[in-house]
Amino acid sequence: MAKATFSVWRGDNGAGAFREYSTEVSEGMVVLDAVHQIQAEAAPDLACRWNCKAGKCGSCSAEIDGQPRLMCMTRLNQLDLTKPVTVEPLRAFPHLRDLVTDVSWNYQVKKGIKKFAPRKPDAEDGTWRMQQEDVDRVQEFRKCIECYLCQDVCHVLRDHHLHDQFIGPRFLVYAANLEMNPIDTGDRLDDLRKLHGIGYCNITKCCTKVCPEEIKITDNAIIPLKERVVDEAFDPLAKLIQIVTGKIPGP
Amino acid sequence: MASYQSYDHDVLVIGAGGAGLRAAIEAAASGVSVGLVCKSLLGKAHTVMAEGGMAAAMGNVDDRDNWKVHFTDTLRGGQYLNNWRMAELHAKEAPARARELEAWGAMFDRTKDGRILQRNFGGHRYPRLAHVGDRTGLEMIRTLQDHGIHQGIDVHMEVTIYRLFLSGGRVAGALGYDRQRGEFRLFRAKAIVLATGGIGRAFQITSNSWEYSGDGHALAWEVGAQLQDMEFIQFHPTGMVWPPSVKGILVTEGVRGEGGVLLNSKGERFMFNDIPDNYKNQTADTPEEGWRYTQGDKNARRPPELLTRDHVARCIMREVKAGRGSPHGGVYLDIAWIKEKLPNAAEHIRKKLPSMYHQFKQLADIDITTTPMEIGPTTHYVMGGVRVDGDSQMTKVPGLFAAGEVACGLHGANRLGGNSLSDLLVFGKRAGEYAAKFAQDNASGAVDGGEVDEAIAHALAPLSRKTGENPYRVQQDLQAVMQELVGIVRREEEMVKAHSSLEKLKQRAEKVAVSGGRDYNPGWHTALDLKNLMIVSEAAIVSAIARKESRGGHFRDDHPEKKSEFGTFNHVLVRTTGGGMGLAKASYPEMPAELKQLIEEYK
Repeated sequence: MAKATFSVWRGDNGAGAFREYSTEVSEGMVVLDAVHQIQAEAAPDLACRWNCKAGKCGSCSAEIDGQPRLMCMTRLNQLDLTKPVTVEPLRAFPHLRDLVTDVSWNYQVKKGIKKFAPRKPDAEDGTWRMQQEDVDRVQEFRKCIECYLCQDVCHVLRDHHLHDQFIGPRFLVYAANLEMNPIDTGDRLDDLRKLHGIGYCNITKCCTKVCPEEIKITDNAIIPLKERVVDEAFDPLAKLIQIVTGKIPGP
Repeated sequence: MASYQSYDHDVLVIGAGGAGLRAAIEAAASGVSVGLVCKSLLGKAHTVMAEGGMAAAMGNVDDRDNWKVHFTDTLRGGQYLNNWRMAELHAKEAPARARELEAWGAMFDRTKDGRILQRNFGGHRYPRLAHVGDRTGLEMIRTLQDHGIHQGIDVHMEVTIYRLFLSGGRVAGALGYDRQRGEFRLFRAKAIVLATGGIGRAFQITSNSWEYSGDGHALAWEVGAQLQDMEFIQFHPTGMVWPPSVKGILVTEGVRGEGGVLLNSKGERFMFNDIPDNYKNQTADTPEEGWRYTQGDKNARRPPELLTRDHVARCIMREVKAGRGSPHGGVYLDIAWIKEKLPNAAEHIRKKLPSMYHQFKQLADIDITTTPMEIGPTTHYVMGGVRVDGDSQMTKVPGLFAAGEVACGLHGANRLGGNSLSDLLVFGKRAGEYAAKFAQDNASGAVDGGEVDEAIAHALAPLSRKTGENPYRVQQDLQAVMQELVGIVRREEEMVKAHSSLEKLKQRAEKVAVSGGRDYNPGWHTALDLKNLMIVSEAAIVSAIARKESRGGHFRDDHPEKKSEFGTFNHVLVRTTGGGMGLAKASYPEMPAELKQLIEEYK
């Protein structure tokens, strides 16, 4: 059977180097299979996260030949096996060991976004009525498996390290899911502008390109949110009224 | 003395899938302090993989549905070995748990009049599964996670619990290690909820992730709780079989719920050839009637593809053994055929089964809107588990609770699809509620420092051994034994052989050696999981040998018939005087007359 070589990043806390491992490949194999084989044959202590192995949990994110992808959904026949396949950890988060990074920042960010706040149930049976076409767009955002590949490629986080000022595409999608929920009453627009740094996104769409769930992050979540933020914060008519009357118009 | 960090919680929940999260939310709502231990990162637990939906008799699609029908369906599916009290509570409380999820932000698919949509599933008489396409588990875990993070719960991510401690016969604490740094953590708690899921990693072909190593089963067993019904393991009829690297990955029953049919290599719809007597009057006579059922015709009966999972899995095995299988040892599951019936079939399939479409396209180069899938049975779920009180979910050990897959009782000999997600919510909530009550009524117990030191020394042993076997090899050998000898079709002599192989594997597991340090070392974690896998495997073997009949998930080639004398008790594993695993019989209390009457009524 054919063999392929994988150049896997090994090391602790940011320090490290690529190490090459050769392993047999069979039909249909994905990169995660190769990593598991390497663990069983040559490097039992090779650290990597994984759970479902079916693209549903978003644990095994890595950079494969330089591309941010899920290891469990990247088939070897999509890669050039004539040279070593590089497998590296995500680069937008602090490195822990081998392919594992510290993604705890993402959990803190989510906690800082105002939670879902439904209006009072208005149907007789104490629930709500919602039409499928009204929930379709929210369901798109709720497909997110929190693999954080979008966070990894976002230059605001990856290159400019503005983690303390910008929540990143994943959490703009999360905020959009709440803002566009037909029964939610919360208002996160002010926070999005002042705390969550939505203005930093300059819609390069890198996040959309890497989303394994094919969520149209930029077009369907971020741009509509930006429009809402602008509408609320920079309404020219309201500004004019303010100038003329000296009063800030009510909501 | 070993070093470790200590944490104090009123209630400690071990496991952060649907049951654990729901338990933690409920306990926190009662005002006690709650710690939640996740083996992986929060939101990645196995619940995320559930596809089809959660069963709750809301009657949104068919108003003939109610808790009574759901109750009787669950018992029929479980071959009447269920804890009837749990089945009753489950059927009654599931609708409220589903609606509660919506109030916490879940976005289920909708009916035309704007309510939660429900779909057909095996063994359920009416369309009953609330769902979101075929990613219901993700919706559920995310909703619980996003709600739970605002409830003041202390979350301990990537921590594996290794040992429980008692004090005066009551549960008092738990020792774990964090994966990231390999440091030990001692959790002192007045009550502990086990919500650790199942045992699928004991088998080669499984839909379960690495986490499913029977941790909670083993932890409970070690401190004197009882394991029950461990012979009943569900082999889901439809797992992927090709290519080899994806073998076992789940294909949702929702495919059949949406009209998918099973075909052998001759193109025959073989499920029509074997319909069990107790389902005959609920099953369609013709393919035409079956199709009408999947499209919502209330006068039609369900197609035989939607019989219970145990039966469908066995029919598939029979076709394969008779030489009518697909090239890679499965049969065909065809949803593409519905293009004969629906004008926009391809679009319809992609909308109803998006992640199945995606999964086959990406992993097998197959477009399910045009091509049949190759599928075969995969180890999916364990009906057996820790014996609990039906109302409170408390085990025999005071202060120790269990909920979800790790607990036993609701499903009897076979679980109906969709009854797991609802199980997690109904009994997760109950476990959290009663654990909080227990914590409020009882003072903390003292954990013996010597026991902690001993447990830490034991956990570190594989790292300190200079020579020894690779733990992955022992795990693979165990999986091969269980797959070949204790799998979907069982025989006495094979299981006896498995039992003696297990003794040797246990000895090998005690001597494995691991290179590297304590920081994020999967080799070490695998070594520590072995002990749990051995315990649950032995429990399954001992129980399966003793059940000399075929019932539900347990099929004996040497005893192919269901025997009435085996229908009156459950197997409970007990510790023998020598410290080994022995077997006892236990029965549930007599079912009240009004519930018995329901069974007659909905026959």
